Amino acid sequence: MSRILIVARNTFREAVRDRVLYNLVFFALLMIASAVVVGQISMDIETVVMVSLGLSAISLIGLLIAVFTGVGLVSKEIDKRTLHAVLAKPLRRWEFLLGKFAGLVLTLTVNTAAMAAGLFLAMLFVKHSIVRGDAVVLVAVYFILLKLALVVALAMLFSCFTSPLLAILFTGGIYVAGLFVAQLRNLQSTQITPQLQKLLSILSFLLPNFENYDVMGAAAHGRSIPASLALHNTLYTMLYCGIVLSVAAVIFSRKDLK
Amino acid sequence: MQVEDGEVFGFLGPNGAGKSTTIKLLMGIIFPTAGSAQILGKPVSDVSMHRDIGYLPEQPYFYDYLTAAEVLDYFARFHGFNAAERSERVQKMLKKVGLETAGKIQLRKYSKGMLQRVGLAQAILHDPKLVILDEPMSGLDPVGRREVRDIILELKNAGKTILFSTHILSDAEMLCDRVGVIAGGKLRGVGTPGSIVGVKSAGMEVVFELADGAAAQKIREKATKSGTNYRMSVADAELYAALEELKGAGAKIISVTQIKPTLEEFFMELVGKDRAQAAAVEVSGQ
Repeated sequence: MSRILIVARNTFREAVRDRVLYNLVFFALLMIASAVVVGQISMDIETVVMVSLGLSAISLIGLLIAVFTGVGLVSKEIDKRTLHAVLAKPLRRWEFLLGKFAGLVLTLTVNTAAMAAGLFLAMLFVKHSIVRGDAVVLVAVYFILLKLALVVALAMLFSCFTSPLLAILFTGGIYVAGLFVAQLRNLQSTQITPQLQKLLSILSFLLPNFENYDVMGAAAHGRSIPASLALHNTLYTMLYCGIVLSVAAVIFSRKDLK
Repeated sequence: MQVEDGEVFGFLGPNGAGKSTTIKLLMGIIFPTAGSAQILGKPVSDVSMHRDIGYLPEQPYFYDYLTAAEVLDYFARFHGFNAAERSERVQKMLKKVGLETAGKIQLRKYSKGMLQRVGLAQAILHDPKLVILDEPMSGLDPVGRREVRDIILELKNAGKTILFSTHILSDAEMLCDRVGVIAGGKLRGVGTPGSIVGVKSAGMEVVFELADGAAAQKIREKATKSGTNYRMSVADAELYAALEELKGAGAKIISVTQIKPTLEEFFMELVGKDRAQAAAVEVSGQ
């Protein structure tokens, strides 16, 4: 465990020194501009607009970091051969992989928390108060974070057996497909054969279900989110990440490094 | 091939011979398609023995966003040292490899030679029983090479086992108890540097100074001039006659040394044989 934490700590430090967290400046500017504009033009829907915009930005920025940094976590170390000296230490390859994952998830947590704080400040500016019901926005942010962890795991898996560019495309493709899992599962059309329909249905169960993480509408309108969904999403993410990272670890442990 | 406890073993071969590949197999960076290897009595797949091994990769590259002190501290953590031990060891190692003043500079600003020093420091940081160095002298200036040689000898005196690969033969001749020569992916010989190349003399080399004069003309034709000195190679049996001749011409003898075939010649011979063999296979294939 401690060896995983050593790698995780260094991965976080790398992200900070590589200025990954600089995106926060962009987010802050976006929030300031939005708060000023939204405060001037809308009457009743300013909170809805502000929350939707803020959560969308948190999700998009997080996704970009998760995919691009996630793919580079291992592949960059292989390319630059920094791994050679690291693997000569008493460290198993799966521990290294898990440490890298934990390090990036930690980075994303800090980043997302900072953005969430920014969003709440903007909400305060627009609404002049924060009420207890606004806590639902925090749940939405938590779901975004769970989603990002899953995306990082997928990016790492693909980067273990393919080129960085393909890994980015695969991760992006799976993410987009995962947004339409329900439609895929219940597809009723005369245009496709029953066999294909069955295949798509099976595929819909294999794909990560990213739809479940989207509670932006509820958060923007202040509707409560059931605790069962929070529990479901938490367990689902842990299980799915566990499976994806296990496969990645098996592949990575057998990989000949150059 | 077996490396004995406490010896300095040189792994020699021309570029592309398979030295680094063998070392990467030992370190678990790549995996063998056949065969097996053991280090300290354990199979190479057992990561726990890495506690007792130090490894310097070829042309090492480390996290360039860290300083030398930070990267050494990072590696020291894997060996379970506490903060005070880490700090002490890091400072000691930086001093040992001559980087004590550059310890707080990010590695992205380091030269190739400086990175090589960091690599050496991380390899010996945890006081390992076995040190594996892949081309430890490459990228170093003469001073750096001398320092690395001194560190290797120091490790040897401390009872460590050292396996290092090189294609620089003089380093191997100077440092190694035994060498293994690899060419074309095959081990061609293992033994002391002398036994590998044979100790048979290949003649004598005489270095001398020679004043101008008619008597010296004949000798000048046989010798080659470098700087103010002349050097001349003669067969063992003709040495005294040659010295008499030089004396007669008024030459001042600077040195007389035996010419021994070097590992370099052994290398060249091996590579030459390989190429001839490859050519023969190609011809017979056609």
